[in-house]
Amino acid sequence: MKPAPFEYHAPTDLGEAVRLLAALGEHGRLLAGGQSLMPMLNLRLARPEAIVDLNRITALAYHRLDDETLVIGALCRQREIERDQEVLARCAAIADAIPLIGHIGIRNRGTVVGSLAHADPSAEWPVLAVLLDATLEVEGVAGRRSIAAQDFFKGLFATDLRPGELVVEARFPLPPAGAGSAFIEVARRHGDFALGAAAAVVELAADGSVTAARLALGGFDSVPVRATPDPAAAAADVHPVDDVHAPAGYRRKLAETLARRALHLAEQRARKAGR
Amino acid sequence: MTWVGQRVARKEDLPLVTGTGTYVPDFNLPGTLEVAFVRSPLAHARILNIDTAEALSAEGVVAIYTGPDIRDQVHALVLDQEAAPPGLETAAPEIHPATIEILADAEVRHVGQAVAAVVADSRYHAEDAAELVRIDYDELRAALDPEQARLPGAPIVFDNVPNNVQARYRIRVGDADAALDGAEHRLAMKIRSQRVMAAPMETRGVLASTVGEETTVWSSTQIPWAVRNSIAGAIGVPQRQIRVQIPHMGGGFGQKVNVYPEEVLVTYISRVLHRPVRWVEDRVENMIASGHARDQLHNVEAAFDSEGHITAIRDRFVLDSGVACPYPLSSAYNVASHFRSMYRIANFSIDAECVLTHKMFNLPYRGAGRPEAAFVMDRVINAVAQELSLDPAEVIMRNLIADEEQPYRMGMPYRDGHEVVYDASGFPAAFERLLELIGYAEHRRTQAQLRAQGVHRGIGLGTYVEGTGVGPFESGQVHVDAQGHVVVYSGCAPHGQGLDTTMSQVVADAFGITPEEVVFRAGDTALLPYGVGTFASRSVVTAGAAIIESSNRLLKRIKAIAGEMLEMAPEDLEVGAGRVRVRGVPSRGVSFKEVYRAASPGPGARLPEGMDPGTSESFYWVPPTVTWGFGVVGAVVDVDPETGVVDVRKVVMLHDCGRVINPLIVEGQIEGGLVQGIGATLYEHVIYDESGQPRATTFLDYLLPTSAEVPEIVQEHLEGTPSERNPLGVKGVGESGPISPPAAIANAIIDALSPLKIQLNELPLSPATVVAAIERAGAEGPLHPTGVKIGFPASNQSGGFLR
Repeated sequence: MKPAPFEYHAPTDLGEAVRLLAALGEHGRLLAGGQSLMPMLNLRLARPEAIVDLNRITALAYHRLDDETLVIGALCRQREIERDQEVLARCAAIADAIPLIGHIGIRNRGTVVGSLAHADPSAEWPVLAVLLDATLEVEGVAGRRSIAAQDFFKGLFATDLRPGELVVEARFPLPPAGAGSAFIEVARRHGDFALGAAAAVVELAADGSVTAARLALGGFDSVPVRATPDPAAAAADVHPVDDVHAPAGYRRKLAETLARRALHLAEQRARKAGR
Repeated sequence: MTWVGQRVARKEDLPLVTGTGTYVPDFNLPGTLEVAFVRSPLAHARILNIDTAEALSAEGVVAIYTGPDIRDQVHALVLDQEAAPPGLETAAPEIHPATIEILADAEVRHVGQAVAAVVADSRYHAEDAAELVRIDYDELRAALDPEQARLPGAPIVFDNVPNNVQARYRIRVGDADAALDGAEHRLAMKIRSQRVMAAPMETRGVLASTVGEETTVWSSTQIPWAVRNSIAGAIGVPQRQIRVQIPHMGGGFGQKVNVYPEEVLVTYISRVLHRPVRWVEDRVENMIASGHARDQLHNVEAAFDSEGHITAIRDRFVLDSGVACPYPLSSAYNVASHFRSMYRIANFSIDAECVLTHKMFNLPYRGAGRPEAAFVMDRVINAVAQELSLDPAEVIMRNLIADEEQPYRMGMPYRDGHEVVYDASGFPAAFERLLELIGYAEHRRTQAQLRAQGVHRGIGLGTYVEGTGVGPFESGQVHVDAQGHVVVYSGCAPHGQGLDTTMSQVVADAFGITPEEVVFRAGDTALLPYGVGTFASRSVVTAGAAIIESSNRLLKRIKAIAGEMLEMAPEDLEVGAGRVRVRGVPSRGVSFKEVYRAASPGPGARLPEGMDPGTSESFYWVPPTVTWGFGVVGAVVDVDPETGVVDVRKVVMLHDCGRVINPLIVEGQIEGGLVQGIGATLYEHVIYDESGQPRATTFLDYLLPTSAEVPEIVQEHLEGTPSERNPLGVKGVGESGPISPPAAIANAIIDALSPLKIQLNELPLSPATVVAAIERAGAEGPLHPTGVKIGFPASNQSGGFLR
């Protein structure tokens, strides 16, 4: 279980990384937290000719709250968000989701942006990105562009990134004050990729009626899905398949159950916040 | 101060917890070559051609070996270590030896079988070159379902095994057929224990270094003597030219109780190249090319009366051997001898077949047939209760063997050929104590109320018996050395069990010293002429007996020598603090060091008339038969009926392992075993698809329980029945933990959902399995007398959102 030979580059600034990636094209892979790439290299499932290691570009290791938006740099570890009490207090869905991501050791190394760029449909950050209408700031030699999360995920481990591009920042608009949000999932064990996950945001009017609701489902399709915020309808929005952990029929029923529970919990939290 | 019975901290742990242990990869011999294997990607195929030319010219490559290259130099392993002993004739066993090729010669028989070995200056280069070996295969139809594989027309795995039935046996006690025919009630169930693997923390690994004509082999194995003998036989050299030693090991659990092709081949290559050669198994290899386990499908019938007394069991089961079941008596016959557990069941019939298929071979794994048997038996008990609408605890109680019936004769032989006669008692008292500890009565009172609040809580129960300390023998040798230290050698092969500490406690008491002062060495074929190894809950029983007996012999010897020195009768002497002293006059005596000098050959010797020199004694313990431990287990679970998620809240276990030498170590054994049992119940599954491809080849898909999945564990040791079948009064405990969790947890889930009469007869109990069982039971209508269909009160009311 040793990786195939590869060239190793460790740029110290973003411009150098972008130039390297452009030169390498499809033959280069970015290394950030390494929580998915390293096992894939060792299993020889990924065999890039070159690795561009971002870990020395410390300028990308940041996160901050810009008004209502959580801004996360490409080298920000998941654990940094987990330890930011202000962020957790502002968005219950994020607070719910982070402890479900692997284990502390994984979150210490794994980056938020790396999880997004890896585009595993069962992973938590892509579901949060779709739920919260996040945008991904992407840079290449041709310049910078923004991609909405719903346009970013194109399939299983596939994104809208072009050869030579990297995600430099993710921007998560947080739910408005008074909204409730929630993230729940079912996994075989704590920390596993979810059999299915649901995340919801519910907003209420002053009279307690629901004014807006959002629902995102992960693990049921090749990409995280923004679904109709109604359990029965949401279940019809997903197209699960069989795997070794559960058959498709189970997953379809699970989509409905989790959708209902996530919406219910988000609504309860909104009501509590409104009191 | 008596050391036996104390919670002595393990003396062997310091290097293990400070990263200074010496495992196979830690050796640093100059010029060591590393091996990577090219393994079959197909379940069954003819090898048409192997082209190694490109790989041979790759950077760092020293040599490549294929099956045809070694055909005339290295023989296949033919494993026949479990031939039926005298006394087993009534079981009519038929056993074909298991054949395991070193490298596939003309045909591959499972995904992962080694086809070529690439030897290079580093593992990186070896793996790079392995990708360049070109092999043309002609894929053949594979036998994958053991029930189909035994029928005419199925693909044959080995020509010498007709119909792929590698082993079979039958047991008849009483007349189960007649009892079933005349039964008041009967039921039939199909019950499966899935294929799992031991998944030790350390994978396998072997390093061989040859100097002159002698090769030292460091292998991560549980059976160094058998490995030595098999290597010598396979490569055709005298056994004395091969020394097998175990370095530090990260567990085995039965997966390392076999001799493997890699051990033979790495030794052979080292002797050909005259270089140190090493292979360290990676995790993917471990999952496809190290022994799997369990994988039994039972068709069981039970006869019972209206009070729940079980009058007969008739079982027919098939064990999926994969390409070999090297231990059919352990893996399959143990099922028969442990099946009826703590119950009085007069009529018993069982027919077993181990059937070859094109999968990895099947080895005994912690519990070895007992978890499979216990799962069937305690699922049957639970189904009887369900059928009669009785409380499962009541049905268990009615079937338990009473103390006045002990020692209970089961009417059949153990796998060693001796009759199964329990040397334990106190079954009903242990079971009552379990109910008390787990709060069973309270649970029955509050269950309905909890359910109304949306909490589906259940308690499930299981029982087991365990024959431990199986032969054929184990060795012990005790010395006093030149510095006066007490040095112990044994043929066991400790790899995490804490045997250094346990044995040192025993020896410390015998010689009046501390465990820290005892030097314990084991797992090295150079130490002793005979030895066996560590597996089957046997070492404290068998090695312990050999060590205490050799200690007693040595005490007698050194007292005789000291008596000569002190001009005293040996009866008037005692040992203590590293000295032999005059009883009542502790100041008068000689040190062990002085005794050693007096016992040395030569003119300075002061030995009693006729005694040979030396301060060393050996003993080979041959157990009369196994000694029987038992236990009872309860699990408390909460079930989410919508998602099928099972939360194991608590596991309670009471067990008898005879006299306890070190409670700390026994508790650790129980706890670790229970967790492995939880893994096999809820998570673990070695899956092969319909083309024979393994689907779980990393820990992403083969799910082991982690610390997050470990519930509260309550355990209690039952005082009462020290064994009379060995001098220490001990019974084995290493395998007790994993036996009962499958039955206890399955029964707990069933209890949690008890308004429905669900059945959970196939492991693992994944969320999808639980939901499917609920749907099956629900489709048959509300079966509970009250007519209450299970409800999802909390979760069905989605609050205001759906209004």
